[in-house]
Amino acid sequence: MSIQVILAQALLGLNVGVFYAMLSLGLAVIFGLLNIINFAHGAMYMLGAFIALIGYSFMDQWFGISIQIGFWPSLIIVPLLVGGLGILIERTMLKRLYDLDHIYGLLLTFGITLILQGLFSNYFNVSGTPYPGQPDALSGVVNLGFMYFPTYRLFAIVFSLVVCFATWYVIEHTKLGSRLRAGVENPQLTQTFGLNVPLMVTLTFGFGAALAGLAGVLAAPIYSVSPLMGADLIIVVFAVVVIGGMGSIMGAILSGLALGLIEGLTKVFYPPAASTVIFFLMVLVLLFRPAGLFGKEK
Amino acid sequence: MSNEAGKELLKIENLHAWYGESHILHGMELTVHEGEVITLLGRNGSGRSTTLKAILGIVGRRTGSIRVRGVEVINMPTHKIAHVGRLGYCPEERGIFASLNVEENLELPPTLAEGGMSVDEIYQMFPNLEERRYSQGSKLSGGEQQMLAIARILRTGATLLLLDEITEGLAPVILKSLDGVIRKLRERGYTIVLVEQNFRFAAPLADRHYVIEHGRVVEAIDAADLEAKQEQLNRHLSV
Repeated sequence: MSIQVILAQALLGLNVGVFYAMLSLGLAVIFGLLNIINFAHGAMYMLGAFIALIGYSFMDQWFGISIQIGFWPSLIIVPLLVGGLGILIERTMLKRLYDLDHIYGLLLTFGITLILQGLFSNYFNVSGTPYPGQPDALSGVVNLGFMYFPTYRLFAIVFSLVVCFATWYVIEHTKLGSRLRAGVENPQLTQTFGLNVPLMVTLTFGFGAALAGLAGVLAAPIYSVSPLMGADLIIVVFAVVVIGGMGSIMGAILSGLALGLIEGLTKVFYPPAASTVIFFLMVLVLLFRPAGLFGKEK
Repeated sequence: MSNEAGKELLKIENLHAWYGESHILHGMELTVHEGEVITLLGRNGSGRSTTLKAILGIVGRRTGSIRVRGVEVINMPTHKIAHVGRLGYCPEERGIFASLNVEENLELPPTLAEGGMSVDEIYQMFPNLEERRYSQGSKLSGGEQQMLAIARILRTGATLLLLDEITEGLAPVILKSLDGVIRKLRERGYTIVLVEQNFRFAAPLADRHYVIEHGRVVEAIDAADLEAKQEQLNRHLSV
């Protein structure tokens, strides 16, 4: 087996890994601050991809507006829309459940997922619709020395890494981040200082949803856009979050990247195990380090 | 050293407060003027800490009237009360954030008004904190945590301080420096509401003592009358 094949699979694995990282990051942020297991995160990712697709291909047909929203503006508009929907969901529904057990939030967001999936399955083919809006500047391949790699995928990797680490930096190393962390640790006391914790919570939920929407836009040119794309991914992403440690920001990012890589390399060494290796690792982590690799034991 | 001439900063009338089904405050009444140091004395469970929490809106339910700087705050959300009242609260459990270091803890609360102490001034007042500025909150000793909990609210420009059991569990040497801190704050014109178990610590510091029983004030004793009413006070506190 040549080193080229291994490197190529590793890079493709990393490509999947950045999506795991971005989605598990959003989940970790939301869980960390709101204590809510947001099952609808996958649906937000799917929604992001669909809004990009609709903006590019269906504006005229659906809304009678002859406008085509390209990939670059979508990178900004879609997260804002998905984040806005997240805020609406948090304000109108989730906030009523904060005093109840985790399971209620999980059930509610599971319900939201089914509704969104159902809505899109009604209009779109579940086997997937291609997104034709990949910009010309990102078409073609780049010569990396050891392989030719699609330019767009390289862009998706670098862009996602920048977003992930910028989020980590803001949460861990800025005043805004320290206020968020304080709001997680002791919301009541944080409010007595004059900080509007409910607003912080709402905006954070919106931000987490926006991250999922952004991942959806980035995924649209690579994978075909389908109502089930989020459902397929979210289960793996939950496993990533469990392995990284619930609520750990860096844990979510690093385990997302690492597990993408491991999954990619498993495809080289033992392909039949590629789709289960992450769950196998999750079982091991739960048995030997239940708080996750980066989580703190309580 | 009563300061009756000072402006009325805090006026509580007929305040009732509940935690779930438990009715804790039963018609609390008290008034604090600008520049005064007052104490809330009483046995455990009498409602002293709950009074501070009710002022800040962190109890289950409350009725009655709480006017801070002339503004009614009984129906106001907690985060607004801090701004309107320029209030600084130091909770009984100190509330140091374990995930933040000393400096992050110090810089966490937002500025409520101009005139707060600078970080340098704070380090002058609490030299230990400067030495430990990059230590995690969870690594501090009890005394250091208490100093940090007080220092944190001095940065914000708050001038009405609600301090809950700041002496609890601390060694005599630390009590001495806390005594010094409260005296300095009083000299600087801060208005302070102290909830205290340690009467010996509180007695020489306060202008007036409110004795609380079953969620209401049963006696208000000015510092000047303290000696004359000592026996009465001892009976209330069962010393």
